Amino acid sequence: MSPISRGFHGRHRDATADTDRVPPGQFVTTDFPVLSAGPTPYTPLESWSFSITQGGDTVKSWSWRDLQALPVEDITVDIHCVTRWSKLDTRWRGVSVDALLAEADRDARYVLAFCDGGYTTNLPIADVTGGQAWVAFGYDDQPLQPEHGGPARLLVPHLYFWKSAKWVRGLELLAADEPGFWERYGYNNYGDPWREQRYAGD
Amino acid sequence: MAGTAVRGRLTWQVATVGAVVDETPAVRTIELDVPDWAGHRAGQHLDVRLTADDGYVAERSYSLASAPGEPVAITVERLPDGEVSPYLADDLRAGDEIEIRGPIGGYFVWPWQEIVSPLLLVAGGSGVVPFRSILRHRADLGSTTPTRLLYSARSLEDVIYRAELDVVRNGLEVIYTLTRQQPPSWPGRAGRVNDAMLREIAWLPSQRPIAYVCGPTAFVETVATGLVGLGYPADRVKTERFGGMGGG
Amino acid sequence: MDALDGNAIGGLLHEIFGMEMTAATGTCANCGAVGPVAETVVYLQAPGTVMRCRSCTAVLMVVVRRAGVNCVDLSGMAALEPTAA
Repeated sequence: MSPISRGFHGRHRDATADTDRVPPGQFVTTDFPVLSAGPTPYTPLESWSFSITQGGDTVKSWSWRDLQALPVEDITVDIHCVTRWSKLDTRWRGVSVDALLAEADRDARYVLAFCDGGYTTNLPIADVTGGQAWVAFGYDDQPLQPEHGGPARLLVPHLYFWKSAKWVRGLELLAADEPGFWERYGYNNYGDPWREQRYAGD
Repeated sequence: MAGTAVRGRLTWQVATVGAVVDETPAVRTIELDVPDWAGHRAGQHLDVRLTADDGYVAERSYSLASAPGEPVAITVERLPDGEVSPYLADDLRAGDEIEIRGPIGGYFVWPWQEIVSPLLLVAGGSGVVPFRSILRHRADLGSTTPTRLLYSARSLEDVIYRAELDVVRNGLEVIYTLTRQQPPSWPGRAGRVNDAMLREIAWLPSQRPIAYVCGPTAFVETVATGLVGLGYPADRVKTERFGGMGGG
Repeated sequence: MDALDGNAIGGLLHEIFGMEMTAATGTCANCGAVGPVAETVVYLQAPGTVMRCRSCTAVLMVVVRRAGVNCVDLSGMAALEPTAA
C-alpha cells in the first residue's frame, strides 16, 4: 500500500457530484483531459469527407458541406473515460449517426469507425443507432478543436469514451465484429461504464 | 560506487524531503534522503509517485540535478496547469515523504563512450537540469573536455543555477539566450535557438563532438534537426524531451 | 500534450524487461528504421502507453496496465536488442 503524500490532491475531483450519474470507479472532473495514442491529424475541411463503407466499397459519402446540411442536433451528455475521469453535462453539436446510416445496409451488425491517423474502434450497429450516437463537430458552442478530435469525432456517450473516436472519417459496415485499436491491445470489446467493462474479459 | 549496474529490480521506495532551495520564482530544487540509493550516472532521472488520500495516484519523471556522489536532488518547475509540479514546487516541506524509483536511464548519460569529445549541451528552460548533474560530474572528474552549454530561457530571472553556471572554469563556456525579455544593456544573445545560432556556437563536426539536447519537445526537435543539418551524425546527438503544458 | 520520447518511460521499461532499455536498439517492423528506444515517439496520455516509430509513425509497442500488471504488445518491433552494459 503506497504511503499517502501529505497534502497532495491532484486534479480537481468533485466528490459532491450526483453519484447516480457517475459510474463505478470514476471521478468527476471539470477539466477536459486530452488523451491520444498518436499525433494530432489536421485535415483541411476542403479535403474532409465522411464515408459509410462496406466490403471495400463506399456506400455513401458526405463532404463537410454535405454534413452541415443534414439535420443538426445540440445534445448535452455525460462522458466517461476508461482512465477514470467523467465529465458531466458536456455540450455537443452534431449529426445523428441514424441520419448517416439511414440508407445503409442494416443487415450489417457491426461497425468499425476509422479515423485520420489510423485509429479504429468497433461497435455493434445497435449501439450507434436509436439516437445513441453522433458525428459531433461542435463542443461547448465552438467548433471542435483538433486536440479533442476536430473537425469531427464520433460521440457515443453510453460507452467508455475511447469508443467516441476522434478525427473520425467514416464507418465500415461489418457482418462480423472486428476489434479496433484499444480492443486489440486489451481493452473491452464493448465498454459499458455501468458494468465497468474496462478490459477484455471484464 | 556510482550506479553502473543496470540489471536488477527497480523498486519504489520512500524518500524523505530534506532541504529545498527556491532557484527562481517558479523553480525549486528538492534534496531527497533515499535510504537505498545505489548511486547514479549524470543525466539519469527518477520517477516520483504521489498518492492522494482517496487513492488517486499520479506519477512523473524528474531529472537528477545532483552529480554522482552528491545527495540526491531533483529540480522541479511549476507548470501553470500542472497536477504534480505545483505540489512539489510549492507544497512539499522538509520531512515529507514521497515515493521514488531510480536511477533510470542509460542513453541520456555522460560520459557516454569516451570523455574526450568536445561536449555541446543545449538546454531549453528546465531542460538544463540534467546538465547541472553533468557539469558537476565533469568538474568532480577534473575533466577539461571543451564544453559549451547553450541555455535558452525566457528571461534572466528564469535562468536556473545562474550563480553556479557563471563560474566559468576548466574549458566550460556558458552561453545564454533570453527569448522573451532581456535586462537593459544585456550583452548576451536574445531570441530562440535557431540554425544560425547553432552554426555560430556548435562545435564543428570535424571535432567529433557529442551533443545533448534537453527541453520541451518542440525545442528539442528544432535543435536536433539543426545539429544534424550542420553535419552532426544522428548517433552523436542525444535528446531528452520534457512535457510542457498540460503534462506537469 | 506533446509527445515525449522513450526516456520518459525508462522506469516502465525497466519494470517490464528487468533492465535499463532506453539505450536498447529497436527495429521498426513497418519501415525497418533502427534506433535507440530513447528516440522513439511516446504518448503517455492515453488508456495505454503507445510507442511509435519516429520515421514512419507506426506503432512499435503498446503497454496497457491492468490490475497492476503490464500487458505488453511488441508486435510493431521487428527486433529489440539491449546494449551491452
